[in-house]
Amino acid sequence: MIPGPFRYRRVRSVDEAVALLSQLGTDAKILSGGQSLIPMMKFRLAEPTYLLDINAIPGLDFIEERDGMLHLGALVRESTLERSSLVRQRYPILHDTAEVIADPLVRNLATVGGNLAHGDPANDHPATMLALRAQVVARGPNGERIIPIDDFFVDTFVTALQPDELLTEIRIPAPPPRSGGAYLKFERKVGDYAIAAAAVFLALDEAGRITQAGIGLTNLAYKPLRALDAERALLGQQPSEELFRHAAELAAQATDPVSDLRGPADYKRAVARTMTLRALRRALERAQANA
Amino acid sequence: METLPIQVTVNGRTYTAEVEPRLLLVHFLRDVLNLTGTHIGCDTTSCGACTVLWNGRPVKSCTVFAVQVDGGEILTVEGLERDGQLHPVQEGFWEEHGLQCGFCTPGMMMTAVALLNENPDPTEEEIRKAISGNLCRCTGYVNIVKAIQYAARKMREGATVHVGGA
Ligand SMILES: Cc1cc2nc3c(=O)[nH]c(=O)nc-3n(C[C@H](O)[C@H](O)[C@H](O)COP(=O)(O)OP(=O)(O)OC[C@H]3O[C@@H](n4cnc5c(N)ncnc54)[C@H](O)[C@@H]3O)c2cc1C
Ligand code: FES
Ligand code: FES
Repeated sequence: MIPGPFRYRRVRSVDEAVALLSQLGTDAKILSGGQSLIPMMKFRLAEPTYLLDINAIPGLDFIEERDGMLHLGALVRESTLERSSLVRQRYPILHDTAEVIADPLVRNLATVGGNLAHGDPANDHPATMLALRAQVVARGPNGERIIPIDDFFVDTFVTALQPDELLTEIRIPAPPPRSGGAYLKFERKVGDYAIAAAAVFLALDEAGRITQAGIGLTNLAYKPLRALDAERALLGQQPSEELFRHAAELAAQATDPVSDLRGPADYKRAVARTMTLRALRRALERAQANA
Repeated sequence: METLPIQVTVNGRTYTAEVEPRLLLVHFLRDVLNLTGTHIGCDTTSCGACTVLWNGRPVKSCTVFAVQVDGGEILTVEGLERDGQLHPVQEGFWEEHGLQCGFCTPGMMMTAVALLNENPDPTEEEIRKAISGNLCRCTGYVNIVKAIQYAARKMREGATVHVGGA
């Protein structure tokens, strides 16, 4: 399959990318890892007339913790995230996520920035970022703005990014003591999108009560979901199997999956419940180990 | 229609060409350079038959544009053999019967070469994970894993050619 014709430009800086985006408007698209965009272009589901390749912009692939935040550059590859010892030790939920995205070949190119900017409810990072209360940093002609993750996902394939904005960075609050997160995905085979997946982040106080709860769900609605009722049910409570079952049930009720190749809607809701329950258990284990 | 000049080193040889931006890397290799060892299986980023190393990392060449690799280095299956000597991974596939129809084999071997460059002594699980983006419809993977283990042993034992390293 051959994509439609387009013009190509390798940009060398964020400023150059933003200037060209403002000039070219909606005709232009950013090319990052290309692992969603190029397949869509081959199917002619996307026919941009201009591709701005950001891969040669230096310094956009940082993974660093400073000022109480983890900073991830837009160009961090999934394979890099997966191999990062900082991520493995301090943010195991991110390691869980990177490891189950697509397959190792796709992960060598796919970027974290592209995974969010694509706005695909089937992608795995959105749920994790919702659970972690991440912030997305975007650069446009008027400078930088910070978009809270709750405002970022607008609709299927639609995010809060404007056509003249570049996603440059993702910021994640550093984990407090006694906290832990986990991402659990159920898929038909390696490399497939989730039937259902759940991201859970929990923090406990000294008495072991839940002080923070974040739950994000993948591929269970028209956009990435945050399970607000389930989060509320957990807050201030002592963790227990009964509480977790109740929260998982509330999370499943928040979903609105469609019946498709990956199964009927009821089945997906049931899988969502199970994935949430398992992710809650694993997040708790990690939080307790992190005391 | 716009064309752009590119310069790419493929299997150690530098080529220059004028290409349309929409030309996929796999078509550049097969149709422009006549290197048909790299196969097209699904054409939809699913099977890994088209795997080549780009600056040492295995990627699906049906999902990269040739203009993206301008200035870069590509290694294809044709670049594995040196001076009539099979690469240990090729030898492993031969010795352990790591193929049946052979369609997945070039991509599978490129992934294996990259794995062994990064991790000379992988466990079976690490091998299976590394090749999980390369589909084989024939073998059931058992002999592919053995072939890669053979190559790992052989490469560790010594004096081996190290090609395609990052
Ligand atoms: C076979 C296969 C299986 C897959 N399975 C999964 C899976 O299980 N889970 C999963 O999460 N993903 C999966 N993916 C998708 C993959 O993770 C993509 O790489 C990811 O969705 C997009 O990242 P990218 O860097 O490749 O972005 P691209 O494809 O380059 O871009 C995607 C979109 O985002 C825009 N964009 C990219 N970067 C920026 C930026 N910095 N600023 C503004 N806009 C930007 C582009 O213009 C484009 O519209 C799969 C892909 C394939 C081919
Ligand atoms: S032909 Fe490229 S992944 Fe199948
Ligand atoms: S040997 Fe036939 S597909 Fe692998």
